Amino acid sequence: MEERKLKQIANEIRKDIIQMVHMANSGHPGGSLSCVEILVYLYHEKMNLQEDNLKNRIDKFVLSKGHASTAYYAVLASKGYIPKKDLLSFRKIDSYLEGHPSNKIPGVDVSSGSLGQGMSVANGMALNKKISQKEGNVYCLLGDGEIEEGQVWEAFMTSHKYNLSNVYAIIDYNGLQIDGTVESVKKLDHLFEKMTSFGFETVTVDGNSFSSIQDGFLQLKDPQKPKCIIAKTIKGNGISFMENQVKWHGKGINDEEYMLAMEELEKEALYEIN
Amino acid sequence: MKSTRKAYGEFLVEYGKKDISIVVFDADLASATQTALFKEKFPERHFDIGIAEQDMVGTACGMAIDGDKKVFASSFAMFLAGRAYEQIRNTAAYSNININFCATHSGISVGEDGATHQCIEDIALMNVIPNMKIFSPADEVSTKKVLEQCIFLNTPKYIRLGRKDTPDIYSFDEEFHLGGSKQFGKGTDGTIFATGMTVSIALEAKEELKKLGKEVRVVDLYSIKPIDEERIIQCAKETKTLISIEDHSVIGGIGSIIANVLCQKFPKKLYKIGIKDVFGTSGEATLLYQQFGLTKEHIIQKFTLKTKRNNFVTKENMIK
Repeated sequence: MEERKLKQIANEIRKDIIQMVHMANSGHPGGSLSCVEILVYLYHEKMNLQEDNLKNRIDKFVLSKGHASTAYYAVLASKGYIPKKDLLSFRKIDSYLEGHPSNKIPGVDVSSGSLGQGMSVANGMALNKKISQKEGNVYCLLGDGEIEEGQVWEAFMTSHKYNLSNVYAIIDYNGLQIDGTVESVKKLDHLFEKMTSFGFETVTVDGNSFSSIQDGFLQLKDPQKPKCIIAKTIKGNGISFMENQVKWHGKGINDEEYMLAMEELEKEALYEIN
Repeated sequence: MKSTRKAYGEFLVEYGKKDISIVVFDADLASATQTALFKEKFPERHFDIGIAEQDMVGTACGMAIDGDKKVFASSFAMFLAGRAYEQIRNTAAYSNININFCATHSGISVGEDGATHQCIEDIALMNVIPNMKIFSPADEVSTKKVLEQCIFLNTPKYIRLGRKDTPDIYSFDEEFHLGGSKQFGKGTDGTIFATGMTVSIALEAKEELKKLGKEVRVVDLYSIKPIDEERIIQCAKETKTLISIEDHSVIGGIGSIIANVLCQKFPKKLYKIGIKDVFGTSGEATLLYQQFGLTKEHIIQKFTLKTKRNNFVTKENMIK
């Protein structure tokens, strides 16, 4: 892993996110910025994006927390699935880049963003690979608030029942949701214990650190159990005035905020290069 | 006599023998939906997701997306169209996945289980979803033929099946296709539109009416979405009285769908027989059909009254 290179990509993705939300004057910057390292690590380091003879990607990804679409689209553009210039059409009436992902977008397999539905889909893909004896893993990114949805826990039981060792539930644990902290809205505590008791081989990582994410993946090797990575992250990560601020969950970025945010990201880029 | 759910279970076994890419999902109702027949023969291709219909829909969609399987997912209409509605809309239909949702125990013919299990809204719910196709077969042959078609339709489908045994109507050389319908007779006194469980009731009414000197035709709307608009308009033009009968709410069912066609293309009065915006209740299915008016007698009565009114059109009768 070339951490410096990944950090540079992450910096570019953050700039894309800020530009997209600024241009659209709406979107979800907080939860997009929190999962940048996870997405960059998956798409630029971890996943096998080659296609099999049915034009099916070998590894699959489901963005269950579909509101992080800006981060997802920017990463898909960084891998050449969509032209980078299209990113600025995000949320516009003539654009295919909808507020939440749809499979009209190249590289996207399933529509998502109505929360709680992605893990089941990921299980179905992983189950098919298993019964067909096909190679490939399925990675599902969930929000910590999102897992208040009951279907997610139904899905976790399914992962366990079928010993889906090829499915990864990655939980972006930034601790905040629209109405406040995840603890205050629904009391999501003891997540590690919950996941372990649901049959997942589980690790907790710093989800904004590439080396920590990599260490997490390296620790997961049980040939029978589904995998879970609890990724502790900072909502709004990388933009000081957005970090850990609930109001940046879903909000447009005005001109002034845009200038400030881009300035910070430019500075960070220079710092990373030197 | 055979229920359409039984025909579904048999189809899965027959087709599953020929095609190893057939996979079946259920949600702890395999013995009721009849997918247990498939499970018995091909346990490795049957997935019981437990009492978790929303998860079942998502998992089945995921398997379909991964590319090489023909996927069937089953539960009762109430728990599939009802409980998992949004999963069907957002995951399956918006992504336009090739998947077959086979919903058994539709309508009040569920019987003794009562109102909580009698889905009389599923046609309405599925009809408003873009990309969705809806079939509602009436007997064993039409069920099997429709399912055979479904496999190759690259879109989400909802197949509405029943619990109760229904008489055999079709022979195996009949063909069924998306957007099609079947017409019985060419009588011009009226048309009885029916679907699923009510087709055999409509056919009985047709015979009784013949004895009363009325020549009517019956149209089996086995494809509900898309609906056979051409046939509906043709029957409206050629016959005097139009009646629809369905084991579904009169709001949003085939009556509403036919009325929608008529009001835009050939305005004409339609009598809708169905569940009149009330919940069902427990009871033996045949008795429930009597209580809720899903009978040949009710059809015949509508016909004779309608004809009388046609002879004496008054303001009062128009309002009725």
